[in-house]
Amino acid sequence: MINSISWKNIWRNKLRSLVIITAIAFGVMAGVFSAAMTNGMFDSRIASAIELESSNIQIHNSKYLENKESYYFIENADSILEVVKQNPNVKSASKRIKITAMANTSASGAGVMLYGIEPDIEKNVTKISEKIADSLGTYFKAKSKNQIVISSKLAEKLKVKLKSKIVLTVQSLDGTMVNSAFKVVGIFKTSNSAFDEMTVFVKYQDIANIINLDATKAHEIAILLKENQKSDEVATQLKSKFKSLNVMTWKEIQPEVGMVAEMLNFSLYIFMIIILFALGFGIVNTMLMVVLERVKEIGMLMAIGMNRMRVFKMIMLETVYLSLTGGVVGMILGAGIINFFGKTGIDLSIYAEGLNNIGYASIIYPSIGFDYYINTVIMVILTGIIASLYPARKALKLNPAEAVRTEI
Amino acid sequence: MKVIEIKNLHKIYDEKTVPVHAVDGIDLTFEQGEFAAIVGPSGSGKTTLLNMIGGLDKPTSGEIIIADTDIKTLSASKMIDFRMKNIGFVFQSYNLIPVLTAGENVEFIMHLQGKPKEERKARIKEMLEAVGLGDRINSRPNKLSGGQQQRVAVARALASKPKFILADEPTANLDSKSTETLLEIMEKLNREENITFIFSTHDARVMKKARRVITVEDGKVISDERK
Ligand SMILES: Nc1ncnc2c1ncn2[C@@H]1O[C@H](COP(=O)(O)OP(=O)(O)OP(=O)(O)O)[C@@H](O)[C@H]1O
Ligand SMILES: [Mg+2]
Repeated sequence: MINSISWKNIWRNKLRSLVIITAIAFGVMAGVFSAAMTNGMFDSRIASAIELESSNIQIHNSKYLENKESYYFIENADSILEVVKQNPNVKSASKRIKITAMANTSASGAGVMLYGIEPDIEKNVTKISEKIADSLGTYFKAKSKNQIVISSKLAEKLKVKLKSKIVLTVQSLDGTMVNSAFKVVGIFKTSNSAFDEMTVFVKYQDIANIINLDATKAHEIAILLKENQKSDEVATQLKSKFKSLNVMTWKEIQPEVGMVAEMLNFSLYIFMIIILFALGFGIVNTMLMVVLERVKEIGMLMAIGMNRMRVFKMIMLETVYLSLTGGVVGMILGAGIINFFGKTGIDLSIYAEGLNNIGYASIIYPSIGFDYYINTVIMVILTGIIASLYPARKALKLNPAEAVRTEI
Repeated sequence: MKVIEIKNLHKIYDEKTVPVHAVDGIDLTFEQGEFAAIVGPSGSGKTTLLNMIGGLDKPTSGEIIIADTDIKTLSASKMIDFRMKNIGFVFQSYNLIPVLTAGENVEFIMHLQGKPKEERKARIKEMLEAVGLGDRINSRPNKLSGGQQQRVAVARALASKPKFILADEPTANLDSKSTETLLEIMEKLNREENITFIFSTHDARVMKKARRVITVEDGKVISDERK
């Protein structure tokens, strides 16, 4: 019954309630939307870091990481791959040759990280193949030898086009420097220009022959999981299987992205917390007016036998309902906007240059998990409870004899 | 049977600055089934006396014994409980919860008392019919006249089955027609159900209906007549 009194009490002064409800609604809407923007931006960064760059887990020779020399390879890469693929959480896995190289053209030169991959297998692990525009070639052709896929950024730097020749200089296993000419067959572009500038792809077999590496060996095994959340779990399992090798998750491989992922949750909530904190003062103000206005009524209620707990509950519930009404309206509005822009995306290309330089996409698709809404509801309720404390205390301090005498 | 026993009751406001002896040594006893009016000029101490009997205010000294309890000794929270169980209140105004219907207002006090739903429902009807408002069970207070609102307040006070009902100037805001109706209802309840009413008034017509008239002046009882 106190429940329904509290709810109905909100609507006694409709204008005043609507003012504060509107304020809360807009505040919460802004909070949810900005969280969705942040989340969308970082989510796509994390997704592309995993899908295009690091995968979920990588395995290396322990020495390789300190010193990326071509002779620190994984001895029996093929058999390890077989074991890895048996793990039910693994979606796909590939082996790679990964060495530093000099890329030279008649016009220019650059140091790059060279990936020797098996295109048909690699396609299932990294999505670079999808980042090649139709007019810019393919992710390797079947037959011909010595093909190379580079980024548009590097192409610009080396002043090459499709079908141009690039000479790669690499160190073979015996330490000698070897030159080979490669033909550009595809030009990709991701939203991470630092990665793009550094990375070139050639076929595993081509580069294995050049550096004299036995075809069962590799420098890197990249593993894509069915669910990102399983990364740590699977990494631990693999570590215990391959004690002599180094097993890393994407967070360790790209600590700057890992840190973003760790901080993300906190940063999503901090904005909402600040908004609710500010709104809390408005709610306190509204409820103080409510208590002042109802001095006689509250006095009467205490006189006829409503105890302090119940008076407190009545005011607290009214505050919570008021806050929650605004909060729910705000979340519905927010969800609507997120849904709309989640489909169309928000184009930040005016700032895209800067964003791409730090690895972020220029079109942001705001998105936020359902749990964020749940937690927002909890935070709104908490705000209501906290905001009710002072007004409720004022009400409890009323002396019923004085209160019923008070002239309003 | 005694329902209230008041012994040497004093209430001094503003003891430190300008002391006001609002109640100055009152001894009174109320029996079950009384229909008593407390009268006296403005500022004579009627409200103060009723508030102390109702446990809304603490006496400066003296005793008020209700149901074998000196209510001065009750803690604030025990006092609220005691009021809920033993005392019915009708105020001059602001008696009802505006967002609840007449029926719900009557139900509310039984809800506070923890009465089961079926009992509450049955009693709402009974009580509203007793004050002649059986057909207004679903009306909100703002749809009722001042007199009807006071009658709902009486119904609510009755619903809690108190030992007595205190009413501080229940008719002060009413026109003469409503005053008459309200008093008739109170009188009938007193006569037929043996409900104890103690009320204060300025109104000579109200005084005439009372079977006992206690006159106070300057915080003292100057006459106590039974008819
Ligand atoms: N809270 C208070 N503080 C100080 N003095 C008070 C307080 N309440 C009442 N008084 C004083 O106590 C005296 C008695 O007041 P009370 O309200 O009991 O009189 P009353 O007989 O009910 O008057 P009325 O007929 O005008 O309602 C008055 O002099 C009043 O000014
Ligand atoms: Mg008075």
